[in-house]
Amino acid sequence: MTVTTDKPTMIEFRDVHKYYGDYHALRGINATIKAGEFFSLLGPSGCGKTTLLRTIAGFEGISSGVVLIDGKDVAGIPPNNRPTNMVFQSYAIFPHLTVEQNVGFGLRKDPRSKEDKARAVDEALAMVGLSGYGKRAAHALSGGQRQRVALARALILKPKVLLLDEPLSALDKKLRENMQVELIKLQRQVGITFILVTHDQEEALVMSDRIAVMFEGEIAQLDDPETLYRLPKTRAVANFIGTMNFLPAKIIAEGAGKVEVEAQGFGRVILDEQKQVTGQTSPGGCTIGFRPETATILFEGQNAPDRESMATVEEVVYYGDMTYYDVRLDGTSEPMRLSMRNTFGRPVLDIGTRARIGWSPGALVMFR
Amino acid sequence: MSEPFPRNRFWVSEAASGLALISPTAIFAILLLAAPLATTLLYSVFTDGYLTVIPQFQICNYIGECHSRLADGSVEPQAYLGAWSDPVVLSLMQRSLFVSVLVTATTVLLAYPVAYFVSFNVEASRKSLWLFLITIPFWTSYVIRVFMWNVMISRTGVINSALEGLHIISDPLQMSFTIQAMVVTLAHAYAPFAILPIYVALEKIDRSLLEAGQDLGETRFTTFLRVTLPLSMTGVIAAVLIVFIPVIGDYITPNLIGGGKIPMIANMIEKQMLKADNRPLGSAIAVSAMLVVGLVSVLFLFLNRRYLRAQK
Repeated sequence: MTVTTDKPTMIEFRDVHKYYGDYHALRGINATIKAGEFFSLLGPSGCGKTTLLRTIAGFEGISSGVVLIDGKDVAGIPPNNRPTNMVFQSYAIFPHLTVEQNVGFGLRKDPRSKEDKARAVDEALAMVGLSGYGKRAAHALSGGQRQRVALARALILKPKVLLLDEPLSALDKKLRENMQVELIKLQRQVGITFILVTHDQEEALVMSDRIAVMFEGEIAQLDDPETLYRLPKTRAVANFIGTMNFLPAKIIAEGAGKVEVEAQGFGRVILDEQKQVTGQTSPGGCTIGFRPETATILFEGQNAPDRESMATVEEVVYYGDMTYYDVRLDGTSEPMRLSMRNTFGRPVLDIGTRARIGWSPGALVMFR
Repeated sequence: MSEPFPRNRFWVSEAASGLALISPTAIFAILLLAAPLATTLLYSVFTDGYLTVIPQFQICNYIGECHSRLADGSVEPQAYLGAWSDPVVLSLMQRSLFVSVLVTATTVLLAYPVAYFVSFNVEASRKSLWLFLITIPFWTSYVIRVFMWNVMISRTGVINSALEGLHIISDPLQMSFTIQAMVVTLAHAYAPFAILPIYVALEKIDRSLLEAGQDLGETRFTTFLRVTLPLSMTGVIAAVLIVFIPVIGDYITPNLIGGGKIPMIANMIEKQMLKADNRPLGSAIAVSAMLVVGLVSVLFLFLNRRYLRAQK
């Protein structure tokens, strides 16, 4: 995961709003995307992520604000004159053309000779692993091949920005995982800014340098994947990216960059304000959150790494390599989800078992 | 191994129920289409004996002159009117082709923008209303629709009286009894037949393809030329055939709009069949016209075969 703050800005949104009639689709988007970055727009359907992508491509106008591409205000510039190319969700492969005609579609005005263009098409096909497919009819391709054609067709034009609108959602799981890795490699190879729209948090975490999590037309958090996962700004983000357990808590003392809280089930803990406390200050109580893999059930002979609490197993979900346990800590009302790796010799516990839970204060997050 | 469904139980098979389902239509088609067609084919090679048809094989109805063996055994040269030799029939055939091509071109060129508008510019919820409006002319009979054009274009018709009333012209324009008037009338009458297939083809086009065209550097217009038009060609081809085939055989418009002065091939067939009572010749002309239509259609399909390959 490279931090890309030293790179020049490729795209900038300044207070971008978009209305569809009364519907407020984009509510003041402010963000910058760096050159050469793999950037993801992540959110549930209807959050405005595709709309935002389409404002970059030029398919959607904006109601107010400014979109800059490579320092240039693109208001009023039609899609065909923007330095961006798009891989559509449906791939939009022209069914009446062959694979090479599809890939070479955007080269009509290219001043190069016919032979040079044909070579460029061959190279683009080779880059996406479709050498020799040029003469095939586009409608005879599989889903994965269509996607490769769509990629080659966009990349052959050497855009400054490649826009990907949920490009992997139509593929099956295996193919999707392969394509994720291939896309990352491809992006490193061509060095173009990639902007990916996805609703799949795992996909975003795997592929992106930075992710903007969007809810209801706003960016809820923009960070690199690790920060996003470790220190989500709101409970909504925490819930959307992976799973997080929440415990009601109250602040006991605060000062010198530390916060002491009393959390249900965990007791008193001291947290580092810089590293573990997130969200805006709010009066009243607070919430302590932790990821399922940061706490562990202690089996016989195991000692707690740090702290230990008692709990009862309420639900067991066996996944083969993992077992998910829903455990209720003593003194709490809601069960917590724990994920345990099924290492050799470790039993799967039954419902109702009393268990010791080991955890570390350093892995906790506090939401104000 | 026992077969759950014995092979020979034809009457309970799926094929049998399928045949049973299509049989009313099939019988109807055989009685009313195949049988008359076969009769026409037979008549076209029979001999005309004034008021009757003599079942004696000859191809004089097609080629004109031939020597026929009479009942007493003597051979007598006879001059026939042949579908392929009579200059009148040939010139009517030419005119029919000319008018049909003109009408087809006019209709399809005018229908395309209408279909495009309904498909791309009309809101989804209003589309069925538009299609309904387009089919309204079908509520009146074809003859009446054709005749209404007479009301419009005759010497004392709507257009001439309006122009005279506005003092734009002093003498009425000669519009009826012209080929142009026939073309306009037929193009109007067949417009919905052309609009609907083109509309269907346009509706099937994935809209993201048009965005892709623009994304890849084409303007709206060049995207139309490179994406929309080729993808809608199946509809255009269907429209061309649907208009061309019936128009070449039309005989109402030449009668009503042409005033019988500009007959087409169908008028000749009608004349031979009824007034002249020469059914073999009428049949021969009909068969010839059918061959021409078939030939032109096949040629047209051949020229457009690249658009007709399977598209997903």
